[in-house]
Amino acid sequence: MSEENKIWGTYKFDGPMSTKGYPLNKMCYSFNGAEGREEFKKDEAAYCDKFGLTPEQKEAVLKRDVIGMLRAGGSIYYLAKFAGILGLNVQDVGGLQTGKTTEEFQAYLDSQGRGKNNG
Amino acid sequence: MAKIIGGITTSHIPAIGVAMDRGIEDTPYWKDFFAGYPPIREWLNKEKPDIAIVFYNDHGLEMFLDKKPTFAIGCAPQYENADEGWGIATIPPVTGETELSWHIVNELIENDFDPTVCQDIKVDHGLTVPLSLMYPGRNYQHLKVIPVSINCERHPMPKPSRCYAFGQAIGRAVESFAGDQKVVVFGTGGLSHQLDGERAGIINADFDEECMDKLVSDPEALTKYTNDELTEIAGAQGVELNMWIAMRGCMLGKVKEVHRNYVAPISNTGAGTQLLLPED
Repeated sequence: MSEENKIWGTYKFDGPMSTKGYPLNKMCYSFNGAEGREEFKKDEAAYCDKFGLTPEQKEAVLKRDVIGMLRAGGSIYYLAKFAGILGLNVQDVGGLQTGKTTEEFQAYLDSQGRGKNNG
Repeated sequence: MAKIIGGITTSHIPAIGVAMDRGIEDTPYWKDFFAGYPPIREWLNKEKPDIAIVFYNDHGLEMFLDKKPTFAIGCAPQYENADEGWGIATIPPVTGETELSWHIVNELIENDFDPTVCQDIKVDHGLTVPLSLMYPGRNYQHLKVIPVSINCERHPMPKPSRCYAFGQAIGRAVESFAGDQKVVVFGTGGLSHQLDGERAGIINADFDEECMDKLVSDPEALTKYTNDELTEIAGAQGVELNMWIAMRGCMLGKVKEVHRNYVAPISNTGAGTQLLLPED
């Protein structure tokens, strides 16, 4: 088991999580290449099977369940590449994880802002 | 002897590279961020450093979980950028360097640091965005770059205190190199941000500004944090502060801050930049 999550809403990516998440992360790492991205898009489930994703990981991928992917050991570095395929930026992904619209998530970011006079 | 003539900290968010490609630096969203860079560019153009040591973290372009170095240093004549998967433009090759690089490796290992030594690595936005920011139009190929990567992704990752000591060892190695090269050191990434989890979106501008203060006057205070503490205070990716701490370690004595800018949010992040010069 991974070390207990001590910080709310944070999935510490450590050894046990990295072990658990390896197939999912390896698949998302393959999205660095156009070939991998195209093959995934043609048949998502088959591409998940090719990398040996667990049923939990595969379900989270097919449902675009970002929190589910994190719980299943996903590392945000590679999940970001998956988000890229879907045309999502990090504000969209922030919204998906926090139950906010992208606009609401942007407003949350802005509420903590500083030093911007123009936007 | 080779000499470290200055230290630069800067964000390396991919969206910055995209904004430069699209030529939207003067739009309201970006204006205050890009306003932070002309003084640094002017300094670089005036001082003309020969070599840049760039502390960055690879975000899964070259260094996957299968063989992920804790510390790595490049010793190659050239570094290629490549597709990172989300459609940011690939930039022209970065010029490398093989003499000071190997000297640093020798000195590091002699002084009990054992980095992974890389003769052929691709470099990602962590390194290329800062170079593009410093040299608009991608006019950076005259500068010889020594990439130094620090694991900021998977725990256990090196402690802030270790990153500082690692930087100090590199700074001493530069000082002992027989040559008259002018060296600039970059600390990239940060500051506070968290991309993942229900806590995504946290920014801590007070802490970021305190870090920038401490980086100048009392860097050792920053080495007292654990990476878990940094995660709590500055978000899961706030640990990228380690690259700034390593940069500061290289500047062995006292420094003065001649320029600073801080803007939040840029993307999901508190984006800071500083120019530090050695105080003779």
